[in-house]
Amino acid sequence: MELADIIVKFILVVIIFAISLVIAMYSTYAERKIAAFFQDRIGPNRAGPWGLLQPLADGGKMFLKEEIIPTNASSFLFIVGPSLAIMTACIGSAVIPWGQKLTIGAHVIDLQVADINVGILYVFGVVSLGVYGVMIGGWASNNKYSLLGAIRAASQNISYEISMGLSIIALLLITGTLSLRQIAEQQHSWHWNVLSQPVGFILFLICAFAETNRTPFDLPECETELVGGYHTEYSSMKLGFYLFAEYINMFISSAVMVTLYWGAYNYPFMDWMAAHIGTNGAVILGVTLMFAKIFLFIFFFMWVRWTIPRFRYDQLMDLGWKILIPIAIANIVVTGIVITLINR
Amino acid sequence: MEPLSNKRKVVDNKPLNFWERAYLPAIAQGLAITMKHFFRKPVTISYPEEKREFSENFRGMHSLKRDENGKERCTACGLCALSCPAEAITMTAAERQPGEENLYREEKYAAVYEINMLRCIFCGLCEEACPKEAIYLDGDIVPSDYLRKDFIYGKDKLVEAPLNP
Repeated sequence: MELADIIVKFILVVIIFAISLVIAMYSTYAERKIAAFFQDRIGPNRAGPWGLLQPLADGGKMFLKEEIIPTNASSFLFIVGPSLAIMTACIGSAVIPWGQKLTIGAHVIDLQVADINVGILYVFGVVSLGVYGVMIGGWASNNKYSLLGAIRAASQNISYEISMGLSIIALLLITGTLSLRQIAEQQHSWHWNVLSQPVGFILFLICAFAETNRTPFDLPECETELVGGYHTEYSSMKLGFYLFAEYINMFISSAVMVTLYWGAYNYPFMDWMAAHIGTNGAVILGVTLMFAKIFLFIFFFMWVRWTIPRFRYDQLMDLGWKILIPIAIANIVVTGIVITLINR
Repeated sequence: MEPLSNKRKVVDNKPLNFWERAYLPAIAQGLAITMKHFFRKPVTISYPEEKREFSENFRGMHSLKRDENGKERCTACGLCALSCPAEAITMTAAERQPGEENLYREEKYAAVYEINMLRCIFCGLCEEACPKEAIYLDGDIVPSDYLRKDFIYGKDKLVEAPLNP
């Protein structure tokens, strides 16, 4: 690899890292604003115009709060927990293709940090690592509420990863590849996977809600039963990291859903656009549209949060094991049969 | 027994049908309802920039009135303090000196007039008791403050602004 390529990749990594952090930051603001709109309120509007500086104020507050490590907590693991949570949340974006290749002069810039041939498996691996942050943090706190929250998080994530994986298998039968770049390329213009895999998409969506611990699956941190859930004992920026990780996860899972099912950076009439406004212009439009789709999904996450109440724990397990997994398996079988019939 | 209202509803425990158990249609319905609220005008009133309209007979902060010539009406008779159920009003009377006729209407006036806003219950009995039409609860909501002593309002805050300053 040439030096120029390494520099370009490095810049890309920094940009994506910054974008995920800024989006996570402003997701907290958006969540509060959207919650307010859904409840006929106005929401934060004091810090800066329309309250736009609210995330900075919140962040500053988080940094300045007193940091407390409980006496009986395992102090090393207590710090490892949130670090792991935020780290796994940040590295998930490495394999997501943000756009087609940009051509500047003789240079071709790939808008993807790493085009590895097992992209989906990488995402799954990172997502399942994320639960360690919650588990370790909850256990190290030496608090029964934290421990219960952590156990819930672990069992919930493990249960829903199964149906998530199964819903992906049906998609892989169609695409025939694990590389996210190739999956994105296959959905050229309007051939989005959601058209051929609607059931798989709904399963994936439900599991994504469960994986990111969002309502109606936010049992690991349900205030009514577990005080604060796994982060009961956390304060200051360590708490901030947990909350931040949740929002980055939401962003990443929205990006994965857009890439896998909603056509990534593809849009109808993209060839026509490329012929009229130039290749690079079309690529940039694609990137913009990808982010627009991601924001729509983030909005949907929030919309659902302010609509549906939380599941009871047994209902959660029932839904995961008795409903989603059978539907996912049936989806695989049906997809397989249809593909065999078409290819005969 | 005869039903007292039309709100009686017979509880039926019939099992949910397939679409109800599928839960997703119900979620879609719920999302539609919340989306309706998303575009509704917020009910928030951004106090203190924006204020809710008060009713005609709203009783807020007291003000000591002046007459049409700008003289203070209060004559320090003490009937307001006497009528006050919360014992929030205290005053000290003084005699009008020659040359102060343009300031005070009667020969006697209140040199000190204090209302403890933390004690006041805004019942309006002082207003009713006043024979000189000198006190009215026609002001705003009493603003918040940090110290108890700052809630004892003296004449500087209570007396109306002069007509011709």
